[in-house]
Amino acid sequence: MSDVALPSSGPASAPPSGQTNQRELKRDARRERFVLFSLCSPALLLVLIIMVLPVGWLFWLSFLGEDGNFTLENYQRMVESKSYARIFRNTFEVSLLTTAICILIGYPLAYFLSQLPRRTANLCMITVLLPFWTSLLVRTYAWLVLLQRRGVINEWGMDIGLWDEPIKLVHNLTGTLIGMVHIMLPFLILPVYGSMRAIDRDYLKAAANLGASPTQAFWRVFFPLSLPGLFAGSLIVFVLCLGFFVTPAVLGGGKVIMVSMRIATNIELFFNWGAASALGVVLLVLTLVILGVASRVLKFDQLLGGGHGS
Amino acid sequence: MTPAGGALPITIRDATKAYGRIFALDNIDLDIRSGEFMTLLGPSGSGKTTLLMVLAGFTRPDYGSIKFGEREIVRTPPHKRDLGMVFQNYALFPHMTVADNVAFPLKLRGVSKPEAEQRVEQALETVQLGGYGERRIDQLSGGQRQRVALARAIVFEPRILLMDEPLSALDKKLREQMQIELRRLHDKLGMTTVYVTHDQREALTMSDRIAVINHGRVMQLGTPNEIYERPANRFVADFIGESTFLPVSVQDGVANFAGQTLKVAQLPGSTDHLLLMLRPERLQLITNGTEIVDDEVNAFRASVREMVYQGDSFLMYTALEDGTEVTVRGMTRRDMVSNLPAIGDAVQLALHSDDTVLVAAGEA
Repeated sequence: MSDVALPSSGPASAPPSGQTNQRELKRDARRERFVLFSLCSPALLLVLIIMVLPVGWLFWLSFLGEDGNFTLENYQRMVESKSYARIFRNTFEVSLLTTAICILIGYPLAYFLSQLPRRTANLCMITVLLPFWTSLLVRTYAWLVLLQRRGVINEWGMDIGLWDEPIKLVHNLTGTLIGMVHIMLPFLILPVYGSMRAIDRDYLKAAANLGASPTQAFWRVFFPLSLPGLFAGSLIVFVLCLGFFVTPAVLGGGKVIMVSMRIATNIELFFNWGAASALGVVLLVLTLVILGVASRVLKFDQLLGGGHGS
Repeated sequence: MTPAGGALPITIRDATKAYGRIFALDNIDLDIRSGEFMTLLGPSGSGKTTLLMVLAGFTRPDYGSIKFGEREIVRTPPHKRDLGMVFQNYALFPHMTVADNVAFPLKLRGVSKPEAEQRVEQALETVQLGGYGERRIDQLSGGQRQRVALARAIVFEPRILLMDEPLSALDKKLREQMQIELRRLHDKLGMTTVYVTHDQREALTMSDRIAVINHGRVMQLGTPNEIYERPANRFVADFIGESTFLPVSVQDGVANFAGQTLKVAQLPGSTDHLLLMLRPERLQLITNGTEIVDDEVNAFRASVREMVYQGDSFLMYTALEDGTEVTVRGMTRRDMVSNLPAIGDAVQLALHSDDTVLVAAGEA
């Protein structure tokens, strides 16, 4: 809980004659903190019920064998079987690629938006956010329609003679990446745009005044100041990708297997809750480790503070 | 750290910039001398900042000519103008240390690392921040940031230095101290300095000359003394210092206020629509009822309305016979406050003829 701005001088700093109302004031401060805390208790309760309890339950399940006894075989299998290592590597590769492509597309777009007048930028931002208003599943199947062998893009490409044979755009890595990048892009653009907007234009004026060409001013001043947003956005995209299921499942056509899909198979095909839970736990732990390392290495507080120098 | 090749004069001709139908700059002609401390003084929205931005190259005028020395620079992009600038909010790069900030212009100019380091330290010492190089910007106080901004603006020895209300974010005491320091620094380094402020006292304290600007035009250009003592019009008189204005009519070379002949040291050229400027500190309070007969003193009858104590001085609000409110300022030295009138008392306000200044009512 955040501190409440109330006088909270201890007895040490108060002179003997200054103890008037001391206890009452302390009680008031305590009550105020309690009221503030109770404001967020519904949210806390919700998090407890839909997050903490199920995850704890999964954690418990992951240590149970098919006969219901305590065992480590679910984890043992992951270490021993090469297919699991491949799935994890696959997941990380796809996530990294998606993040990288999102940066390449999203950063310039966010930069463009940040240079527009605020009103125009807000309008453009709506178009960036528009996909959020459509169901994820609908968008994914829409890509399937667009990208398939006899889909809009192949037909069109062949009509105007860009290529002769239908090219394979879906049910492979390409299709998966196209879909995932499309879904993830707003998650990158939003924080990047936010941190770019927070950059005082005077910094760029100062850079120009001190002799920096527009290119130099961008790389030496603007880009470093936009990094906090870029890191935040990349991390969000990467972490979301790690657990992504629908889009890779539909557009990957079984060629791209992510951890989430293996979890689904374990349950749907083999009814093996223990194995599925163990995978989930490992994915969760890896994600937390990545977040932890990233926030430590990138010193988030300092970086975020950097964008708003006064 | 004196500018290589000496300071440069700035010649501004016909500088005009309109935003819609509002003229931020209206055909400004201004000559800023080499090595001069020139202050652009005016209220907000007067165009003073626009003029500075035009000099810095961040605002493109609609037309006009700006010359640094003999070089026409009106179409030169900002990064090729080679002038130092202190921004109102300092614009120090938050992701760099103090030393990196100050070294920034040197790096861009390809100065070798050892030389850059030495010049950075020298610049920091000039602004009395020696040894602060490794600090982060957010570890500095407002006054220290101000000094870093200054060091960064002078480290590459520009021949022209622009300052955009650099002291406005500081508290009063620090501001007054920095005014003196900035002025000393200017005298030491000798570059041409253009300083923008809306604070008339700051302008009077620091400048060689002041250009009072309003509605995108230069209302008056002169030394602080000229601007304060002989304002060209009512706007300048009103903006610089507090004043009360009384309508004056002139007939046959004699100025009259409410039937009373005024003893004036000097009549202005044009005698249409003149106002008598009364400055609170130039009026003397006469409390004994004796008639003042002196060739060099004008006296006005008034009654005391209110008195305000301000520590070093007091303000007495009085009303003339026609009801016009006139303020008198006096020092609170013991001998001056020993015999103060009470509220409602009749007094006389004495004004020496040298201080009897008539100004034009219009802005022309």
